[in-house]
Amino acid sequence: MFFRDQGEMLPERPAPITEVGIVGWLRINLFSSYGNTALTLVSAALLALIVPPFVAWGLIDAQFSGDTGAVCSGVGACWAWLDQRLGQFFYGFYPADAHWRVNVTALLLVPALLYVLVDNLPGAKFGRWFSYVYPLLAAYLLVGGFGLEVISTDKFGGFMLNMVVGLTGIVLSLPVGILLALGRQSRLPVIRLLSITFIEAVRGVPLITLLFVAIVLLQLFLPPEVSLDQLLRVIIMVTLFASAYMAEVVRGGLQAIPKGQIEGAQAVGLGYWQTMRLIVLPQALRISIPGIVNTFIGLFKDTTLVIIIGLFDLLGHARLLQTNPDWIGDVDHEAYLFSAAVFFVICFLMSRYSVSLEKQLSQDRH
Amino acid sequence: MSTATPESSNAPAAPLIQISNLNKWFGAFHVLRDINLSIASQERVVICGPSGSGKSTLIRCINRLEDHQEGSITVDGTQLTRNLKNIDLVRRDIGMVFQQFNLFPHLTVLENCTLGPIWVRNMPRQEAEEIAKRLLDRVQILDQSTKYPGQLSGGQQQRAAIARALCMEPRVMLFDEPTSALDPEMIKEVLDVMTDLAESGMTMIIVSHEMGFAAQVADRMIFMDDGQIVEENTPDAFFNNPQSDRTKLFLSQILRH
Repeated sequence: MFFRDQGEMLPERPAPITEVGIVGWLRINLFSSYGNTALTLVSAALLALIVPPFVAWGLIDAQFSGDTGAVCSGVGACWAWLDQRLGQFFYGFYPADAHWRVNVTALLLVPALLYVLVDNLPGAKFGRWFSYVYPLLAAYLLVGGFGLEVISTDKFGGFMLNMVVGLTGIVLSLPVGILLALGRQSRLPVIRLLSITFIEAVRGVPLITLLFVAIVLLQLFLPPEVSLDQLLRVIIMVTLFASAYMAEVVRGGLQAIPKGQIEGAQAVGLGYWQTMRLIVLPQALRISIPGIVNTFIGLFKDTTLVIIIGLFDLLGHARLLQTNPDWIGDVDHEAYLFSAAVFFVICFLMSRYSVSLEKQLSQDRH
Repeated sequence: MSTATPESSNAPAAPLIQISNLNKWFGAFHVLRDINLSIASQERVVICGPSGSGKSTLIRCINRLEDHQEGSITVDGTQLTRNLKNIDLVRRDIGMVFQQFNLFPHLTVLENCTLGPIWVRNMPRQEAEEIAKRLLDRVQILDQSTKYPGQLSGGQQQRAAIARALCMEPRVMLFDEPTSALDPEMIKEVLDVMTDLAESGMTMIIVSHEMGFAAQVADRMIFMDDGQIVEENTPDAFFNNPQSDRTKLFLSQILRH
């Protein structure tokens, strides 16, 4: 026979040094097994092999000033074009005397985004309203009218064009995708059938095909006096394309919600839309965050396809630079590398935000 | 055999819940067969029976979580049909407690309780919170009100679920095996809350296998098998002198251990 009295219960002891702190971290993450140790060493060797020459090419031996490609030796990277062309990479052919409008739009984007993405900011009530009004404000600033000089959308270009198409697509594709996902699960056959048809039709076709349809074919069916802005057509198509994917991502989340949640909501007396808005979607979207952000990132990169309507986005301007007689042959890697870096920063930020959001939401619960 | 056609001996003229000739099928499976039942205000009815006998389905029909194909269900004068307005009306009057609690995991305990009053009854938040706090105090988990359901024990979750249902100030409470998913240590705390509720005069329909509890609070026992009511009796007669052979067999099975 064996027993412990209350006073004899074992106290908690600190973990051994091999499990916590820097030593613990190294052990667990880098040297937890023979295989892991080998991988760590190989990775370290590869980094040592690649990083120093890359830094030497990109920074130490690089040429940073000059008016044409002739100044570049070819040993290091040629960054001399940055001085002349950085403006075009970000503003495209947007008139120089109106660049301030793009700048103001970009500046206002920061609070507009923050008030949507971060909880508990000071002035949140006003901030939310600002976020809702921002898209209209941005459209007014960029396109003009009502006192501002009108700038036609075919002047849009560079990274600003990627942001316009990407952000509009992101903001619109989530709600449309949610409606499609709900529609696909509807009890009403007509709504269900329409949703399924739309999702499958759009998902089954490459985006570039949809864009050609929007640009070339649509005009054949529309009356000649109606002309939809080209950029608007691209935005609509990119949005619809992303919403079809979004719908499937959200549907995955919806199906993970136990039936008991809906029954609990019904028993409390909530109607369909209340149940969806208050009970089902908050949980389903939380589960779907990785997939949703994945779709956002895909959409953002797809904005480079605006090239097919003859608009030059960031990547378009990189290509223009490469074929420019002053720089031809000297900036083949550099122009791409620069565009890639800009895209990477934006996409990586989205990815990190999604990770931190998941963490924050799971902390709420446990 | 006189109990085969049930009738409530001392029910007032208009029963709170009237179920007549109810039939329901799941696909081809005849799950509820010719159910007749009337329940008076303030009455406590405990339904028991083997699994698959239709007892859960029966009480889920009463707040239309399941629809029925034949017969009628009337709650406080409102008949349950496809009419969504009627369904909403009936659900406002009925609170339900589930075996798996079905609390909303993304809301705090307090928010779980105020959701219905705020969105369905359009009650001001402050008033809803006052009511919720009073009821959480009544089920003795007021100190847990800012936690999320996942942080509570099973017994605490079920008591929160009871408080959530009570916040809608229902005229009837339905309990669908409320203690079946609980650890033995926690069953008592939930049954205590239910006993307290019964003593306060709440109309209750309870699907449960807690026979000791049933004997204590029930005004009427109903035994179901194969989708039909096999026996309906006072608790005293039900436990000590069951009439149907099927009831005797069932009681001997579950009371043996």
